Amino acid sequence: MSDHDILNPKEMPHDPEKATLEGKNKFIGFWFFLGGETVLFASLFGTYLALRNSTNNGPSSEDLFGLGLVFIMTMLLLTSSLTSVYAMYHMKNNDFKKMQVWLGITVALGLAFLGCEIYEFYHYIHGYEFTFRSSAFGSAFYTLVGFHGGHVVFGLLWFIALMIRNAKRGLNLYNAPKYYIASLYWHFIDVVWVFIFTVVYLMGVL
Amino acid sequence: MTENNTTDQLDYHKQKKKEEMKQQVITFVLMIVFTIIAFAMVQSDLDALFVIPIILVLAAIQVGFQLYYFMHMSHKGHELPALMFYGGVFTAFLCIIALAVLVWW
Repeated sequence: MSDHDILNPKEMPHDPEKATLEGKNKFIGFWFFLGGETVLFASLFGTYLALRNSTNNGPSSEDLFGLGLVFIMTMLLLTSSLTSVYAMYHMKNNDFKKMQVWLGITVALGLAFLGCEIYEFYHYIHGYEFTFRSSAFGSAFYTLVGFHGGHVVFGLLWFIALMIRNAKRGLNLYNAPKYYIASLYWHFIDVVWVFIFTVVYLMGVL
Repeated sequence: MTENNTTDQLDYHKQKKKEEMKQQVITFVLMIVFTIIAFAMVQSDLDALFVIPIILVLAAIQVGFQLYYFMHMSHKGHELPALMFYGGVFTAFLCIIALAVLVWW
């Protein structure tokens, strides 16, 4: 059997993302990376918690945050997490088209989230003159939330690249692990957002 | 005979995946409900010292759902990922405690 036949079996195994050694290695390695990402975000959360009252006479979190927009953003990201679960469900059933469609919906929801975040930052900068340099609170806020936004951008580019690159290939044992790991990354972005909306926004207006 | 067996197995696995998908939709609904509760509690006039611990617990439960159902940590073969991820969570905990102590001591 050639490599091509091995990667394109007639019947997909039940866990296509872990059927090859490369897939298994990616799976373990990626969880290792997520452990490291947790520590990275913890350092940013810790910094934010320490500096959130150092407003340097500028706007405070109570002046700035509007919960309506944050609620919409939370719903968008949470729903996009579910749609990527649907995409992985179709991957396991070896239904490539449906997987691509659900990933497309995930990307659309992610873009909507990103649009809200850009609007939010624009509003703070131009409406309140609250920038990265305004205060220690400003630096900590934009670093933490901006880093999360950067992860969203990276996750979106990752999904789009996978979808375009494999559009004509279809699903096989070579790219199944890639899709699976991109969706893990997307769920992790939602995990971080749950703590951002709780610690930054909800605790910020209390 | 073997032909029959494999189709039976395929059906069995398909059914299992379907059931899992159903669980994941239920998880999603619960997460939405928790989010709404957290936002509603903050909007109400309750005392901040009472609300903060509750919304933190709600966030932790949501993250647990995300990890165990959406990221499949409830499946077999996640011992090493769990070790690595919880190692990260432990370090994250130390990190936040250390920064908090530095500022508030």
